[in-house]
Amino acid sequence: MKALFPPFDVSLESEMLEPLDFNRRSRLKEIDRSFKAEILNVIRLTDMEKLFQVRILNADESERFAFLPGQFVMVEVPGYGEIPISISSSASRRGYLELCIRRAGVVTGALHRTRRGARIGIRGPFGTHFPMETIKGHNVLLIAGGLGLAPLRASIFAVIENRADYGNVDILYGTKSPDQLLFDYQYEEWSRIDDIDLRVIVEEPNERWFGAVGLITELLDEIDVDPQRTFAIVCGPPVMFKFVCNRLSFLGMPMQRMFVSLERRMHCGTGKCCRCNIGSTFTCVEGPVFDFWTVMNLKEAI
Amino acid sequence: MLFRCISKKQLRSLVEMFLDSCNVIGPKHVATGLSGQAILHYVPVTSFDELDLTYETTEYSAKQWLLPFKETKSSFQFTDDDWSQSIEYDRDPRVLVGLHACDINALLKLDKVFARDFFPSPHYISRRRNTFIIGIDHEPCDGGFCRSLGSDTATRGFDLFLTDIGDRYFVAVGSDRGFRALQQVEAREITDRDTHDYLVERQRLADIVQAEVPVHDLPNLLDIEFTSQVWQRWGRKCLSCGSCAMVCPTCYCYGVTERVSMDFEQGNKQRQAYSCNLVDFAEVAGAQNFRPDRETRLKYRYYHQHRGFVEIYDEPKCVGCNRCGRTCLAGIRPEAVISDLQMDGQT
Repeated sequence: MKALFPPFDVSLESEMLEPLDFNRRSRLKEIDRSFKAEILNVIRLTDMEKLFQVRILNADESERFAFLPGQFVMVEVPGYGEIPISISSSASRRGYLELCIRRAGVVTGALHRTRRGARIGIRGPFGTHFPMETIKGHNVLLIAGGLGLAPLRASIFAVIENRADYGNVDILYGTKSPDQLLFDYQYEEWSRIDDIDLRVIVEEPNERWFGAVGLITELLDEIDVDPQRTFAIVCGPPVMFKFVCNRLSFLGMPMQRMFVSLERRMHCGTGKCCRCNIGSTFTCVEGPVFDFWTVMNLKEAI
Repeated sequence: MLFRCISKKQLRSLVEMFLDSCNVIGPKHVATGLSGQAILHYVPVTSFDELDLTYETTEYSAKQWLLPFKETKSSFQFTDDDWSQSIEYDRDPRVLVGLHACDINALLKLDKVFARDFFPSPHYISRRRNTFIIGIDHEPCDGGFCRSLGSDTATRGFDLFLTDIGDRYFVAVGSDRGFRALQQVEAREITDRDTHDYLVERQRLADIVQAEVPVHDLPNLLDIEFTSQVWQRWGRKCLSCGSCAMVCPTCYCYGVTERVSMDFEQGNKQRQAYSCNLVDFAEVAGAQNFRPDRETRLKYRYYHQHRGFVEIYDEPKCVGCNRCGRTCLAGIRPEAVISDLQMDGQT
């Protein structure tokens, strides 16, 4: 009994034998394999969100793993499932990630119960990033609402670490209540840096809140925006970035200079499962970072 | 393209040779429908006589043999406080016999998604490269509109493609392994007579009237008609059962779930075919659903077929086989939906 056509072993293809690197997207590789990573620290941010500091265990994998602000990883909790999470840490720290995760479902629930030392899986990075290189030489508006500070934080680090490359920097952050403010221990540090203006606002203050009260758009009215020399990065729920971007557009800022990050359900991260499709656009591949003009043209995006 | 000619007996010997060395999958009469019609599936056969090579159509497409409804993407082995991951690729050699041009064109579309430049899938590639494909020409099927989508002819994506010219087959050879397989049964060179008979047969098939479904204007029309009443009309009928996506030769959306064995020693990460018509398709954690209404989900399926896919791959994701129309319990036929949409724009 002899085979009439030669058998094919995909695992022996030369590309499959190369080290796994998700940034080389066109090369055949074991895209279902996760990098094993250890949770170094779990930091409680609010009642709902925790920050997980994670380290890729294998030294080679750790060395190769590189991402850009705005990209995301697929976080695997073996036995529970895999979810897309944007990276909150600085892109200049190799092999080390900070993931800000809200307790919302099965996998995030499991993560919230884990302790330091637990081993999870990381696939990625995936998706588009904020154009930090293009923005150099311009003023930057970094605007976040609620959990939107998680993806925005990577670009805040990018700006701070390369402060001389950017003009004026404004960070505006708003949440529903003071209890929901993320990374509040870092505001002091950020606001002490020269020419970084940090403003925080909440919608529903409590008795311990002495800051500004209102919607995030009110913070926009307080600052001077030079629409021709400024880029904006806006992260938050659709209703928030729509109002913010429309306001910026009204001030004369081109929509191609406003960048937003969208979130959708994802099961693959590689443009296959179609779960994150918005109209006809894959959030995992063509996003999650889009310029606002593109978002305006996406059906059912907002 | 090289062409050869084989007798019907030679085809039988070829298939029997394959049967000796691997799984042969082809159209087989598996049941009879309520109105007496034959129900065929692409299933493994054990003899040449089980195959019905003059069949009209199958209920399911052949995609399940390249992109199974369920497949293990990877598995985890758990130890006390650690785990390891293992990945197995399906490398079983298979022969798919009797695929129609629409199914072969559908595989070419799946190739674009799973086997091309962008994150190619080793699971898919392993199956695809270990599958030998023998296509065959056929009388146009009832309700099909493959000609409107240019998928009534296959020029690539197969190893051998047969056209019945009376007592023999005119064979297009699509690969070197197809060429070598033909050598095993001593296929002969084609003669002028073979070519003549082939061209006459192709013309006869082309002259058979088929429903026309113009799709060239759909990418823009779907945007213009995004809020059209047409979607409510058809969406109200939709049962959100997902049958259309299951029988579709190109629908490839999926979900991934993980399961843990009863002894907690192993976990499986399984890819399972999904449908954008199912209610929780676009639901995210926190119970927010981006497409809670069935008309939105139905619209989305057309949107992906005729706009999204065109944007990325320059062709619609549909091959016009009308399996979705035939299988739909609510009688939603793509031909009618598309025509409604086109009429709506003009009135």
